[in-house]
Amino acid sequence: MTLLSAPRAVTVRDVGAKLWVISIWTLLIFFVINLFGIIGAVLTSSFATRWLRSWFPNGLTTNWYVSAWSEFQLGDVLMTTFQVVGAVVVLSGLIGVPAAYAMARREFKGKKLVMLVFLLPLLVPPITYGIPLATVLYQTGFGGSLIGVILANLVPTVPFVILVMIPFIEQIDPRIEAAARVFGAGTFRLFIHVLLPLLTPGILAALLLVLVRTIAMFELTFLTSGPTSQTLVVALYYAVFAAGVRAVQSIDAMAVIYMGLTLIWLVIALRFVNPTQIVTRGKQARA
Amino acid sequence: MGSHIAFQSLRLEKVGRTFGAMNALQDLTLEIKRGEFIALLGPSGCGKSTALNCIAGLLATTSGAIWLDDVRIDTLAVEDRGFGMVFQNYALFPHMTVRSNIGFGLRMRGVAKAELERRVDAAIRTVRLESQAHKLPGQLSGGQQQRVAIARAIAIDPPLVLMDEPLSNLDAKLRLEMRQEIRRIHQDLGGVTIYVTHDQDEALSLADRIVVLREGMIRQVGTPEDLYLRPAHIDVAEFMGFRNRLEGTLISDGSVQPMARASADFGGTVLEGVALHSLPGPAVTAAIRPDDLTPVDANHPGIDATVEAFEYRGRDFFGTARTPAGVELFFRSEVPLHAGEAVRLSADPSKILIYQGGAA
Amino acid sequence: MSGSAIPFRVRLAASGLDGVTLLVIPAMVLILALFVYPFSYGLILSFHPKDGSFLGNYGHFFSDPFLYGTIYTTLALALPVTLLNLVAAVPVAFRIRRMRHQRLITTILVLPITLGTVLVAEGMLNYFGPQGWFIRTLSILGLGSPASIKLVHNYWGVFLSLVITGFPFTFLLTLSYVSGIDVALENAAATLGARSAARFRTIFLPLLAPGLAITFCLSFVQAYSVFPSAVLLGAPAGPTRVISIAAYEAAFEQYDYSLASAIAMVMGAVQLVVVVGVLMSRSLFYRGPAAGAKG
Repeated sequence: MTLLSAPRAVTVRDVGAKLWVISIWTLLIFFVINLFGIIGAVLTSSFATRWLRSWFPNGLTTNWYVSAWSEFQLGDVLMTTFQVVGAVVVLSGLIGVPAAYAMARREFKGKKLVMLVFLLPLLVPPITYGIPLATVLYQTGFGGSLIGVILANLVPTVPFVILVMIPFIEQIDPRIEAAARVFGAGTFRLFIHVLLPLLTPGILAALLLVLVRTIAMFELTFLTSGPTSQTLVVALYYAVFAAGVRAVQSIDAMAVIYMGLTLIWLVIALRFVNPTQIVTRGKQARA
Repeated sequence: MGSHIAFQSLRLEKVGRTFGAMNALQDLTLEIKRGEFIALLGPSGCGKSTALNCIAGLLATTSGAIWLDDVRIDTLAVEDRGFGMVFQNYALFPHMTVRSNIGFGLRMRGVAKAELERRVDAAIRTVRLESQAHKLPGQLSGGQQQRVAIARAIAIDPPLVLMDEPLSNLDAKLRLEMRQEIRRIHQDLGGVTIYVTHDQDEALSLADRIVVLREGMIRQVGTPEDLYLRPAHIDVAEFMGFRNRLEGTLISDGSVQPMARASADFGGTVLEGVALHSLPGPAVTAAIRPDDLTPVDANHPGIDATVEAFEYRGRDFFGTARTPAGVELFFRSEVPLHAGEAVRLSADPSKILIYQGGAA
Repeated sequence: MSGSAIPFRVRLAASGLDGVTLLVIPAMVLILALFVYPFSYGLILSFHPKDGSFLGNYGHFFSDPFLYGTIYTTLALALPVTLLNLVAAVPVAFRIRRMRHQRLITTILVLPITLGTVLVAEGMLNYFGPQGWFIRTLSILGLGSPASIKLVHNYWGVFLSLVITGFPFTFLLTLSYVSGIDVALENAAATLGARSAARFRTIFLPLLAPGLAITFCLSFVQAYSVFPSAVLLGAPAGPTRVISIAAYEAAFEQYDYSLASAIAMVMGAVQLVVVVGVLMSRSLFYRGPAAGAKG
């Protein structure tokens, strides 16, 4: 856009604006360097033979991965993680998508209240409701079990799926569904032939986000899991907590495995969603 | 296609629909014969879409009954009625090609493959979309999408095709073209078409009979000619292009018989017009089309007004003027006038319709 | 027309109750059973302490400095961190908003959120540790020595971890609000002669304020519930004994679920007070659409 002004001399204001831009970039780059430093330190350490009082380790080895695998029983832990994450993804899809459909398509008494109830688990931090939830789960006998961990993880993920899916369903013209019915599709075939194909991208995005979030969900799993139902992130916490018992490199090797697991799914998820969607729960910007 | 459609009439009996306390549609009674093209005409919110959705089954009725010959259909589920419908924004399935969109209804009916292909081909030919058959709806222009929507509706050979303002999203030129196509397709099909629109030109040019709805109730049912020449109600007249409304007082003694001449006093000017119904008087309203209201010279009776705006329209001029009482008038003129000029306007008595009552 | 003439099914559907509406039930039951019920149960449980008195837990909490002090400790971490993150996020979001490589930057920033606090804590123990790369760099630059700077196992360790995971969160939320503002509004202001600082002050800030209030609330609530990094990177027995640690210890070390519930309720209440306070101030700002009036 050209403004109708003659070329100006460089003013104090221009210099100020330049400095402002430079300082913003400096801030951002400083942050990113430190972020990569943190990740890089874990990565380097996991391959280090011995790394004390120096910039870089004395030598490199992959032995820590072998020892971490057996020391931390990572085979079992990963198995548990997959079971928990798989169950949470499938269940939150099966429960959340139909609920989102009802919320998007119907007006009923008390809908606002229902919406509030679905919003709360996303607004209240897990550690706040995790303690009463763990108490109830332990009293009903689910505490410490795989089922307990799955149930606890569903609390934030089902509302998350609902909130991501509602705007997605709303943007599908209800007349398309009306057309399918007029041309002879009953409820089941309407779902199979029309709704499911149209909703697939949204469901995929929502479930991938659930997957990434559940792998990284520490608080709820930590509060409700027992020795046999720990996911990788909780096992990592205990390892770091008890640092000194095991070699640092061994813990870091486990951390790298965790990082790899998370990042693979993050990369897949980012093919379908915008990074901002990972924090903004669906239609956040309605303010 | 279409000659095997075997039914004689579609009857609506006192069909009604309420939304809470609001009557969206009230006592709609209508008998439609096979082969008829019916337009439901009215401004938005008049109940025409409600009526269409009730017939389609997308909305449940709250009273009355709908019969196809002697089968009651208003109790059937939407998907069991077997009608074709063309939606306002077409409502094409965005993930299906043109072919699968058109074949959708046939697939839902379990029509055998060979038969299905044949009928889809026929429908595609009818709407002249042979070259677009394998595209997705998103790759088509508005007019082409419209054709797909029509083909999808007729592929199942429905006894009844419902169209919900199907031309409202097209530009003016395309609208005229599609009108002719819709009329042609209707004749080929031989069933009943019910067409919802708020555009009186569309209704007049397409329909065999027009149903004018207002506030959920029928105002008039008639042929396009009936409605154009003899609107039964001042609202219908306004919808038929009688944009000028003048309130006055009946001069004739006693009541005036239907179709008789009547004189009335409009703010000091006496004009003669046609009464469509008996007029018990004294308050009446005259309705005049802009094309019939023209300037006259000072020794003729006419309404005095001041020109407010004036524009060239090709063959003649179109102007707006305001009476001293503040009534806005729309008129036609052969000669140019200027804003601010005084003008006396009048019309042939046969072109002035006089209705009972004051401001509606 | 009498109401009873209308079929019952139609009347139900008119009030929004039909088969489709029922699809909401499984999700509703789940949240009622696993969120609303535990919360209510915890609330009631908190009034039935081991000593049997009604307010015993709360009395105990607010008379023991080791417990009530956690409120202040947590606030002293959460408030400055949240403000810092927000103040930094707004200008960065404005710089980034129309960049072509926006996606690269947002992808990098989403990393610490996805990796989670536990992993970041483990990395920070090494990176910010006395022999870590960060302090080594500082001492090379002459900005300090490993002996004089301590960045882990104290207040600053937790503070930094809340910046590392909290800033991207705040930033991405802010960015989504910033991108929600119609570019045409800014162009309009520019054609009317507003320079970038004036545009920011007169157009963006008023439109952004409600979004920023929500961002502040969500970021604060996250920071206030800090747990793993307070244990792993802080001094969980002293300066970073945050309220969630107190609740955890009551539940899983003393097995006093009643006291733990009471602490969790206090934690929720403090969050609620701050959030409600911020959201109330929101009513002072314009809250309509930020996309220009298009009708």
